[in-house]
Amino acid sequence: MTKILLSGNEAIALGAWEAGVQYASAYPGTPSTEILENFARYPGIRAEWASNEKVALDNVIGASFGGARVLATMKHVGVNVAADSLMSLSYTGVRGGLVLVSADDPGAFSSQNEQDNRQYARFGKFPCIEPADSEEARRFVGIALEVSEGFETPVILRSTTRLSHSKSAVEARVPEKREFQPLPPFNREGGANRVIIPAVARRRHPEIEQRLRDVAAWAETTAFEIGLNSIFWGDGQLGIVTTGIAYQYAREIFPNASILKLGMSYPLPLQAIRDFAAQVKTLIVVEELDPFIEEQLKVAGIAVAHGKDCFPLCGELTLEKVRQGALKAGLLDVEAPEELPEETGMQLDVPSRPPALCPGCPHRAFFYNMARQKRKAIIAGDIGCYSMGVLEPFKAMDMLISMGASIGMAHGFKQAGGQEGVVATIGDSTFFHSGLSPLAAAVYNKAQITVAILDNRITAMTGQQHHPGTGITLQGAQGHDIDIAPVVKAMGVTFVEEVNAWDVKAVGTALKAALAHEDGPAVIIVRGACVFTPHFHLQPRMRVDPDKCVACHACLRVGCPAILKSEVLYEKNNRAKTMIDPLLCTGCTVCMQVCPTQAIERESE
Amino acid sequence: MIDQMNFLFVGVGGQGVLTASDIAAQVGLDLGLDAKKSEVHGFAQRGGVVESHIRWAPSVGSPTCEYGTVDVLMSFELLEAARWLDWLRPGGTVIVNRQQITPMSASVGNAVYPPEEEILAALRTRAGRVIVVDALPLAEQAGNSRTVNTIMLAALSTLLDTDPAVWETAILQRVPDKYNEVNRVAFRLGQEAARA
Repeated sequence: MTKILLSGNEAIALGAWEAGVQYASAYPGTPSTEILENFARYPGIRAEWASNEKVALDNVIGASFGGARVLATMKHVGVNVAADSLMSLSYTGVRGGLVLVSADDPGAFSSQNEQDNRQYARFGKFPCIEPADSEEARRFVGIALEVSEGFETPVILRSTTRLSHSKSAVEARVPEKREFQPLPPFNREGGANRVIIPAVARRRHPEIEQRLRDVAAWAETTAFEIGLNSIFWGDGQLGIVTTGIAYQYAREIFPNASILKLGMSYPLPLQAIRDFAAQVKTLIVVEELDPFIEEQLKVAGIAVAHGKDCFPLCGELTLEKVRQGALKAGLLDVEAPEELPEETGMQLDVPSRPPALCPGCPHRAFFYNMARQKRKAIIAGDIGCYSMGVLEPFKAMDMLISMGASIGMAHGFKQAGGQEGVVATIGDSTFFHSGLSPLAAAVYNKAQITVAILDNRITAMTGQQHHPGTGITLQGAQGHDIDIAPVVKAMGVTFVEEVNAWDVKAVGTALKAALAHEDGPAVIIVRGACVFTPHFHLQPRMRVDPDKCVACHACLRVGCPAILKSEVLYEKNNRAKTMIDPLLCTGCTVCMQVCPTQAIERESE
Repeated sequence: MIDQMNFLFVGVGGQGVLTASDIAAQVGLDLGLDAKKSEVHGFAQRGGVVESHIRWAPSVGSPTCEYGTVDVLMSFELLEAARWLDWLRPGGTVIVNRQQITPMSASVGNAVYPPEEEILAALRTRAGRVIVVDALPLAEQAGNSRTVNTIMLAALSTLLDTDPAVWETAILQRVPDKYNEVNRVAFRLGQEAARA
């Protein structure tokens, strides 16, 4: 049997295709993004980028009601955006199987929090399925769809960064015939549950409580028969209840233990767990983030010897953290696999590699200007590469909380009575995600704020996905592209200026004019394509003329990785002159524009 | 015959670390073992630290190595070898590319990129074996500076009890056909460099 390596995300896409998913919708977000990018390449399906996660979920809800098997994918915090529909979807139920992939981010590698989205399953009263490797990711998507259809419930398939971005072996069978029996055509009769007015909600609530009990009964029996839940018997000393990627750490650290591995982490098969507990001397729970399983076991009166008292509540689990937990619990006696030597070589001071805006980045001139304005203006940021405006050398961001929050926060800050100007910075993709409605409120309430829409023509930070502003669809077709300036004007903004992102002076002038504007919000649209897009034009690179450089370091204030300190000192101030790394420079000229002595020039000149 | 290995490949974004780790994981499967690999990629911006774990075993659990148990630390950049050194099993092997990519904390800030001899001395305090490869000039000699990862994998292939042909095949299967010849040349150069 040939095996191939697939990432968890690639495997979810393959499994979805094999299980007959006909339509999928998503908004990009690390670590979920590659699922839909991969799914979109399979034949005979439709896959789309929605403008945000709620739209993605609403799209697949409609398709499910229409009879299609569907998939929505998003990062953990994206589920918050979709939660309004999700909570009531539990009440309406589904028709075609509906799986929502929540890609959580323990360790917050690229997120604003570490929320554990298994809690949504309990909160919303629907099942949660957690694969532990790529083969399971592929197989469990199909099971999740069957559970969804069988119990007429939405199902969360929960991944984590470690699962989504790790590759493990899956069986390389040629994608077989898609296993999907089309549902009967849409029938308006019998659709009373789909209009969730209060009378329906009151009737449905006891029904979904019963549905949850039915799924729990299924988890006790069928889930074990089909290998969704599994027991691996070891010795009777130690029994471990675990789920998802935590299982992989547990089985390595405790090779002799008996393990009850939950492929479905909600609802729990409490009787099976109780029986398992009776067969082992000590029962522990190894799970990442919240004590989600542990607390339910304790409430059910099952004795859990160790859980979050030993294994960390915060951060991603790792082999060493599980080993440390096992030592703390007295379940292991060896200190570490091997003794560490006294000298570990770390006497060396290793300089960090902080993230930075790329050479040529269209956000650079804006943040250079923002940094110069920051005594006079408060800056509300948003989610995107431009979050890096908070870093050295700009340090030009005062608040940042969630997608689309910048505009509402900016207006609110001004309402608190501050005399400073307030600038909201928001990207193009984020503006379409959740910037339109706060801008409507800002116009309506005559907010005295400046909104800088940093339009780099792509969803950049997640790896260049298209969005309504670019008009190219996920499957590569030409859709319709929405021009931001006319939209903003139509909403009633009386100050709208578009400016070239690499023109330092023009960006500064626009910013000052916007801050002086008094008739409602002022909008400047800073336009320039991300360096990773085909629209970015590489130009002849720049060089520093050492004879003209006076080591004032003005160019270092643009925060470009291509600008280095050279070994040549300027004799009058004894500081290092600068130089430009020819391999990194894109010729964007921002450094040239800020050099007071015209020491920076194009190499070809 | 090898039945278990923990590798940690590190470097700077854009050096081909992730492609090389894909290939190393594939070699594990080709050798009849189970294999997993893991890396975190979040921010798409250039120039950040890249780490990728590759594990071979009859049955691999965790996709990441345990701290302090890495058998081979392969660093595509000199400074990164020092940053990740404590992941190495005492007495393990370091393969390090001499190439230096200055971080902004040193180019703009006040941090100092330590001299090569200090970094190598630090590596030797923990590693049983340190192999230094000057991969960028060799890649250029082979005809394409983007074959640095082939040079590094070739160096690695000479140190393990595995058939280097398995590695070469895995590399050639991964690169587009038109780059096969340049990668073949790079593979030879990398092997020679590691044996020198």
